[in-house]
Amino acid sequence: MTTMEKIKDPEKEKRKIKSDKKIRAIMTAYYMEAKTPKEITGKKIAWITSGGPVEPLHVMDVIPIYPENYGAMIGASKMGVGLCEKSEQMGYSSDLCSYARADIASAIVNGGPIGGLPAPDMLICCNNICGTVLKWYEVQARYFNVPLFILDTPICHTEFNPDMKRYVTAQIKEYIALLEKICGKPFDYDRMKEVGRLSVQGQRLWQEILDTTMNRPAPMTCFDAFFHLAMIVTLRGTQIAVDYYESLLQEMKERIAQGIGMIAEEKYRLVWDNIPVWYRLRWLSDKFAAHSACLVADTYTSGWCGTMKYLDENDFLGSLAEMYTRIFLNTGTDIMADNIIEMVEKYEADGVVFHSNRSCKPYSLGQYDIQRLIKEKVGIPTLMIEADMTDERSFSESQVETRIDAFIEMLQ
Amino acid sequence: MKHIDIFKKIVSNPAEYAQNWKQETHGRVIGHFCSYTPEELITAADALPFRILGSGATISKAGAFLQAYSCSLVRGALEDALAGRLDFLDGTVFPHTCDSIQRLSDIWRMNTNYGFHADLIMPVKLDTESAEQYMLTVIHKFRTDLEAGLGIRISDAMLEKAVRTSNQVRNHLAALYAIRTARPGKIKSSDLHTIIKASMVMDRGRLADLLAEVVTTLEEQKDETASKPKRLVLSGGLCSMPDIYDIIESSGGAVVWDDLCTGARYFEGRIDETGDLEKNIARRLMSRTVCPAKHSGIFSRGSHLVEKVKENKADGVIFIFLKFCDPHSFDYPYMKEMLEKEGVPSMLFEIEEQTSSGGQLRTRCEAFMEML
Repeated sequence: MTTMEKIKDPEKEKRKIKSDKKIRAIMTAYYMEAKTPKEITGKKIAWITSGGPVEPLHVMDVIPIYPENYGAMIGASKMGVGLCEKSEQMGYSSDLCSYARADIASAIVNGGPIGGLPAPDMLICCNNICGTVLKWYEVQARYFNVPLFILDTPICHTEFNPDMKRYVTAQIKEYIALLEKICGKPFDYDRMKEVGRLSVQGQRLWQEILDTTMNRPAPMTCFDAFFHLAMIVTLRGTQIAVDYYESLLQEMKERIAQGIGMIAEEKYRLVWDNIPVWYRLRWLSDKFAAHSACLVADTYTSGWCGTMKYLDENDFLGSLAEMYTRIFLNTGTDIMADNIIEMVEKYEADGVVFHSNRSCKPYSLGQYDIQRLIKEKVGIPTLMIEADMTDERSFSESQVETRIDAFIEMLQ
Repeated sequence: MKHIDIFKKIVSNPAEYAQNWKQETHGRVIGHFCSYTPEELITAADALPFRILGSGATISKAGAFLQAYSCSLVRGALEDALAGRLDFLDGTVFPHTCDSIQRLSDIWRMNTNYGFHADLIMPVKLDTESAEQYMLTVIHKFRTDLEAGLGIRISDAMLEKAVRTSNQVRNHLAALYAIRTARPGKIKSSDLHTIIKASMVMDRGRLADLLAEVVTTLEEQKDETASKPKRLVLSGGLCSMPDIYDIIESSGGAVVWDDLCTGARYFEGRIDETGDLEKNIARRLMSRTVCPAKHSGIFSRGSHLVEKVKENKADGVIFIFLKFCDPHSFDYPYMKEMLEKEGVPSMLFEIEEQTSSGGQLRTRCEAFMEML
């Protein structure tokens, strides 16, 4: 390495988000605790889907572990291909979700980032994000031989009706009863109120952070949001998340006050749709930045605060059913289109980038219609990138590059 | 078999059958996508339940709406709809099953115009009390939606009649399966598959009568074949490749049972004909052999398959499902393993498109049969 390379570019340094270190430390501590033998922590471990209600777990002092978050880590550390191939040797089709494939293989080989996830005492599967998680968690329930709880949230193609509410509400009670049985202690409803309050507070802060990009220049991009999202997913309902997001929001406000944008020159503002391409985050981020295009918002990270409108802060448990059933992935394609169009308007975007994600059918099928609706209703250009979130074999750099270049030309 | 030509004609052009039926009866045709559709309610509304399976035409229009990584059923059905091949439909019903059908419902609702569109958002869990309660509300809502959508009142008497007819159909189909299991030489599997496919689009009253005749004919018929074929069970989703039956038979095999959506899952389970019929319909859906997109315990499908293999004294299993079918692909490894533990060999055939290469299947089938 030459000395030239060691010299830090002050411009770049100025733009770096300082809270990065803090969240790394918190997430490391979180995984360290989870990987500490249970005899020492005295805590049980639940594997839970990204859209699942985590709050009751915090009430019961159960450590929530997110295989999907782990799938993202696998992708980002470029270990996706190896693990996916392993699962294919086990008989799983290469067309299946790469998070699921990687996680299933990782459990068997005890490999992957941080040396695999700690084994679960229970599996909590909420199908508000897809039907895939049901099948994936069935696989893990057979492998680990632990209780599987399914929170079945009927999809709201066009409506959320009272029958659905009754069904999901009944299941929340079953969920709590199961937790009481596994943990061998009664559910603390007072503590639930506190956890619920923290969850709402965390979601509000997260939304406020995402909203700071309404500013020109945007103090961060969706690539930063993909990273800082980890805590609203895993530690939603804890003081740790609230404290962290308060400080991150503070940093964003300071950046705005000082006029610090995430990219050097912000010419175009874009919205991202779908799960990130984890193994090419840096490449994509650099690619768009080189074109002075700033990805100011995305449908993915806002998924963890998008249903606050259905939340009753004074009756968190009572409104849990509606809040978890009506998340945007569990709604009709036209509702998802409205959601993106609202974002385009709110963040004053010039275009939308779609990731057509082979791994995620509920997120990706329907994107062509959404593309058309955006053209019709707001008349801005859109880009479709064909890829996969964790399995690099589905990514063609030259093809994506050509498409991005052509798309930027359309914005000019 | 003397009746088979009637069924063959219908299966070769189900759209034509539906159009003629409409002209003749002035009734309405309701398309649907899944064996969980409570067909009885559609029949009770004097409409024809029409199972959409895709004509197998080349995809030209659907590609602009659906990515290439969706299955051939989803793409093929949309292609037919966009090309006007389903214009006889007066409505479509989408029971909630997999992620692809879920999104197809949205795309269909936004881009086609068949009037009536119903999402039957059934529970995914089928093994809890609260799910059964919810299933009942879905059935009831579907009845009300049908009434409003078709401008008709479904009386209890109409529903009773429809339930009776559907039970008769199921009994006859089960009888045919039993005949085949006992004497595979009596009915060719390709013919039985044709009958099942026709059953999903035919006027159910006429179907019940016709099937009764078929059963009687076969019962009386003598089995003259002397060969001892290898006995096989098929497991998967819908079979969009009817050639497979001939291929299996010509390689020295005979299908003796199946766990297919276009097979036993269609007729297994009866509806209690007394008491609250909506409740009874819901009960059947909760307890019939489960589809992999739904949940009824973590070993239910594997145990069921092993049971069917034993019950029908099968020598092997062929898994057959569409490429990009997530629910089946997830279940395959553990089901295969459960079979291995019982010493039952199996092979997997993934159907890429309706036009999948028969040659490749034949080679693999022959090799599998030799191994048995």
